[in-house]
Amino acid sequence: MTVLLAQAAPQATGAASLAWLLIALPAAGALVLFLAGRRADGWGHWLGVATVLASFAVGVSIFVETLGLAADDRLREQSLWSWMSSGALSVDFGIRLDPLSLTFVLLITGVGTLIHLYSVGYMSHDPNRRRFFAQLNLFVAAMLVLVLGNNFVMLYLGWEGVGLASYLLIGFFQDRPSAATAAKKAFIMNRVGDVGLAIAIFLLWLELGTLQYTEVFARIGEVPGGTVPAITLLLLLGACGKSGQFPLQSWLPDAMEGPTPVSALIHAATMVTAGVYLIARSSPIYDLSETGRLVVSLIGVVTLMIGAIIGCAYDDIKKVLAYSTVSQIGYMILAVGLGPAGYALGILHLLTHGFFKAGLFLGAGSVMHAMNDDVDMRRFGGLWKKMPVTFVTFGLGYLALIGFPFLSGYFSKDAIIEAAFAQEGWQGWLFGGLATLAAGLTGFYMTRLMLMTFFGEERWRQVPSTDGREYHPHESPATMTVPMVVLAFGSVFAGWILYGMLPGWLAPSVGERVEAEGGVLPHAVIPWLVVGVSLLGVLLAYLFVGRSRVPVERPQRVSPVVRAARADLGANAFNERFLERPGLRLTRFLMYVDDRGIDGLVNGTAAAFGGGSGRLRRLQTGFVRSYALSMLGGGVLIVAAMLAVRFA
Amino acid sequence: MTPEYYLLLSALLFAIGAVGVLVRRNAVVVFMCIELMLNAVNLSLVTFSRIHGDLNGQVMALFVMVVAACEVVVGLAIITAIFRTRQSSSVDDANLLKY
Repeated sequence: MTVLLAQAAPQATGAASLAWLLIALPAAGALVLFLAGRRADGWGHWLGVATVLASFAVGVSIFVETLGLAADDRLREQSLWSWMSSGALSVDFGIRLDPLSLTFVLLITGVGTLIHLYSVGYMSHDPNRRRFFAQLNLFVAAMLVLVLGNNFVMLYLGWEGVGLASYLLIGFFQDRPSAATAAKKAFIMNRVGDVGLAIAIFLLWLELGTLQYTEVFARIGEVPGGTVPAITLLLLLGACGKSGQFPLQSWLPDAMEGPTPVSALIHAATMVTAGVYLIARSSPIYDLSETGRLVVSLIGVVTLMIGAIIGCAYDDIKKVLAYSTVSQIGYMILAVGLGPAGYALGILHLLTHGFFKAGLFLGAGSVMHAMNDDVDMRRFGGLWKKMPVTFVTFGLGYLALIGFPFLSGYFSKDAIIEAAFAQEGWQGWLFGGLATLAAGLTGFYMTRLMLMTFFGEERWRQVPSTDGREYHPHESPATMTVPMVVLAFGSVFAGWILYGMLPGWLAPSVGERVEAEGGVLPHAVIPWLVVGVSLLGVLLAYLFVGRSRVPVERPQRVSPVVRAARADLGANAFNERFLERPGLRLTRFLMYVDDRGIDGLVNGTAAAFGGGSGRLRRLQTGFVRSYALSMLGGGVLIVAAMLAVRFA
Repeated sequence: MTPEYYLLLSALLFAIGAVGVLVRRNAVVVFMCIELMLNAVNLSLVTFSRIHGDLNGQVMALFVMVVAACEVVVGLAIITAIFRTRQSSSVDDANLLKY
């Protein structure tokens, strides 16, 4: 079956020949909304919803058609036009339809539609709603280019496209300096990763002379041994940037400055998963490098711990969820780093996570909507009575996330931990152990979030609102609750449905799943262990938060661990101390050299000529007799010179 | 009489003319000094013609006379025009074309 990875693909026919519409529809929506200006204020948001919904419909029809094909025929391509052709380099704008890209298409357009719909309600009071939908559409289009492209250049195009769209969306509230800062931070940290991706693509081009997936994967064996690990590590750097993985994770929580639907769409369901997609897509390359895969798993496991630890210390509901996302994507990266045993599991967790994390973010948005945009959980409490739909859907997402048995997250996370424990020796203990520990921490911080938000005393009655209005918690309108309900269904059933089907469905794209065997712990023990540790986390959270009073003001006397976690484990401080400030100093030095050295040389030459000319100009006195004298002098000089030559 | 004397006279006349151009301010006098220089040149041309025994120098002298006549016509017209507007025939007063 893996032969499909490398084979030349047949041209798409039938419904698949409409694949270009997948990208074209949201792109056209974005274009119309950007160009129409204020005229579109009345209907622009519905256009935004409609284009993504139509794209979803096209995706479903292609998916259904593909299901009808034999597994070996499920890779099809549609070449749209020759994008660039220069010397030996020729890149087509081509679409690759295979199980992996179709999976992402359904996730992106499906969850995207729900979030667009939700945004209609959530952003109803925002005067710039049209611009918001234009940017959301642009984002969806870019993400679809990323997953549908049939070569690395299109991947890069989409990669940069989602970077741009997320920059615009994080900085959507243009009147907030913090949003502008967060947008810049996200953009720049992504750029650091993008450099890695770009160099990896250059290396592939240098070694193989092609960037088409099919050709690259068919000929990857020709690349010399030392270059393959380099390519895998550089691809990983790109993935770290986009997916908020260690050491480039600190932009993701700051990105919560954007409107909440953005957090749900970009920072839970789509953009941050691009790194996982990249590694799964490049699976033939990773299969050749043990080192590369090991580093991927290490990065994943480090990140999932960092995310889980920091998640325990925040009081900002969206930031807890953001760090939870960092942590969950760590699971996915860990999984795809495990190789053929984990590619499908990584994608499985990505899908289930797309459902329940998007649902959780939308729920958080609903809570904020009810609480005058407050995000501090210490000021919430007892909200379950006021907003039952939000509470139930959020609760289901919560249960799915902590891996409550037989909900979505249970299937995917548990499978990843099993695969991690199935590694031999220290790797099994390290990956499996930390992944289990993080599951416990997930139980802790998510339970803490639930208890502080929905249970306990109604602390919002005790404090004045941050914006001066009184709190009147209320349920959100239907445009917001309907998507939450749909996503809650996904949180409950997605894992159960997908667990059996997905690995087989994805086999043509990422290879047949190798069942994990052996390992450091017997298989039957692991689910009990994981659930046990998670419940322990839940219990601890109940003891710390549920049974005692939650102070409205954040306690200052805390243990060093909490203090470190509140400071993002020093990530920002490290970045500032070792990267930002030296970078600034280098820039200042270079600017000095540029100003005084290079500009000095150029301007100095110009000034010398200018000044000299100014002085020479004085010779033009306008007096006829002085000109006559100089003519005479010249004549005398010439005669003298001629005489000297004659008689010398 | 050797031709060198003619050349010496020519040089003397040219020098007198040159000094006159340099030191006198009155445009008419400057003009006359230029005429003097031209005639000095003409004298040396004719002398050289004689020394070499051909007519080239004499022809050149005729050209110089024609050009000098034209120059005087134009130059006097300019001087008259300047005098009319500025009530002065001093060449130093007409220094508008300076830097």
